[in-house]
Amino acid sequence: MSREHVEDYLFPALMLIIAIAAWELFVRLDHVPSFELPAPSEIIVTLVHDWPTLFDSLLVTLTTTCEALLVATLGGVLLALAFHMWRPLERAFFPFAVVMQVTPVISIAPLLLVYLSSSAAVLVCAFLVAFFPILSNTALGLASADHNLIDLFELYGAKSWQQLWLLRLPSALPYFLGGLRIGGGLSLIGAIVAEIAAGSAGSGSGLAYRIVESGFRLNIPRMFAALFLISLTGILIFLFFTGVSWLMLHRWHDSMRTRER
Amino acid sequence: MVSLRGVAKAFKSGTLALDDVNLDIRDGEFLTLLGPSGCGKSTVLRIVAGLMDNTAGEVRWRGQPSLGFVFQEPTLAPWSDVFDNVWLPLRLKGVSRADSQDRVAEALANVGLTGFEHAYPRELSGGMKMRVSIARALVTRPAVLLMDEPFAALDEITRAKLNDDLLHLQAALGATIVFVTHSVYESVFLSTRICIMAPRPGRVVAELKIDPQVARDEDFRLGPYYAERAREASAALHDAMNGAKCA
Repeated sequence: MSREHVEDYLFPALMLIIAIAAWELFVRLDHVPSFELPAPSEIIVTLVHDWPTLFDSLLVTLTTTCEALLVATLGGVLLALAFHMWRPLERAFFPFAVVMQVTPVISIAPLLLVYLSSSAAVLVCAFLVAFFPILSNTALGLASADHNLIDLFELYGAKSWQQLWLLRLPSALPYFLGGLRIGGGLSLIGAIVAEIAAGSAGSGSGLAYRIVESGFRLNIPRMFAALFLISLTGILIFLFFTGVSWLMLHRWHDSMRTRER
Repeated sequence: MVSLRGVAKAFKSGTLALDDVNLDIRDGEFLTLLGPSGCGKSTVLRIVAGLMDNTAGEVRWRGQPSLGFVFQEPTLAPWSDVFDNVWLPLRLKGVSRADSQDRVAEALANVGLTGFEHAYPRELSGGMKMRVSIARALVTRPAVLLMDEPFAALDEITRAKLNDDLLHLQAALGATIVFVTHSVYESVFLSTRICIMAPRPGRVVAELKIDPQVARDEDFRLGPYYAERAREASAALHDAMNGAKCA
């Protein structure tokens, strides 16, 4: 490992350790009560102690996020393809998509909770926020194929499915993966927001529900533990899609190129 | 091989890009369309290729149209390796990968890229990308190779090398080539016939023949015959520009 490479990881890691140590010291030396700010060590203890409950909640939130993302991906890609093949459809549907996108999901959540069971409402909220970036990115990607390559396909009498499969879809891939990375993070946010809106009224037991519940009980260490797990989930989702993008694009796409200087 | 008679092209905006273009593409010749930017050279090529419709006149092929097209940019699919890029025209016609092996290998050998089958476009230099693009145009063994300012973006040295290689390729394959350029020197070095075009509206205004028997080597490039032809072509181009309104 080169020196720069070590520094790349060393400095962020060192900074993180310093920050956590400062936090721990501040809480201990200042005798801050744990219902105001728990020390990192106490959060870890809570995490271990409450693991069965928290892990169940993590699974619930993660399942909702993944299901919503899956539906948003299928829906977004299929609708982008439909838009691509039939332009009037795009004009007809795009206002709806935009309205869905610009309306903050937290303001729709109470309404959804009236119409749907709380678990279904959470799923729909997560879907709504993840759907738009995937749709718009894929639609943009499908429209971004190199014009000369389109000419080339036409020159050799390519059938429309050949143009779609060999030209439009590969051109759209980097855009789609970008949309998926944004959508993955948003889907988690959507699920959390809806869980919080559902609050204690619902039967939900996701991580955000644990946060609301811990708040009511002034169990702040558990609140932090749940928060930690939510952040960790978000980071893992991001890393997962970054990895997928790398696998699919690193051989050919400029975004994956490391530039020599 | 291909005849254009009274071909005109008006764009929707009302601009008359071409007017009354008469042109014959003859067997085995290296024909260059030479002219300033915006005189409709590329439009002629696109009409011959069927990528654009002419608004008047006719384009007649002797036999079935059979052509390869090389664009200004290499225009390779970045997600495909060299083999897949060259295979593409055959693939679109339904020829399997296995059945295309020999033809792709032959096309790559023609442009001196044997062994680069599995490289991706971004790993290649500008000149090599252009070679892949030429190999792709050759893989269907077209009767006519249409080239739209293919070397315009390359540096002088790479360009000279590709010019040499293109001439060897043409001699080896007996191909008919129609080449678009705005470089007088490139046109004289490569062509057996140069058609000079004038803008607004685009049309062919002069023709210059260059003895196909003269060897196109470094002596040719530095010799008096070349200089004389280049002077003629420059003069014709100059006349074309002055004759054109508001050029």
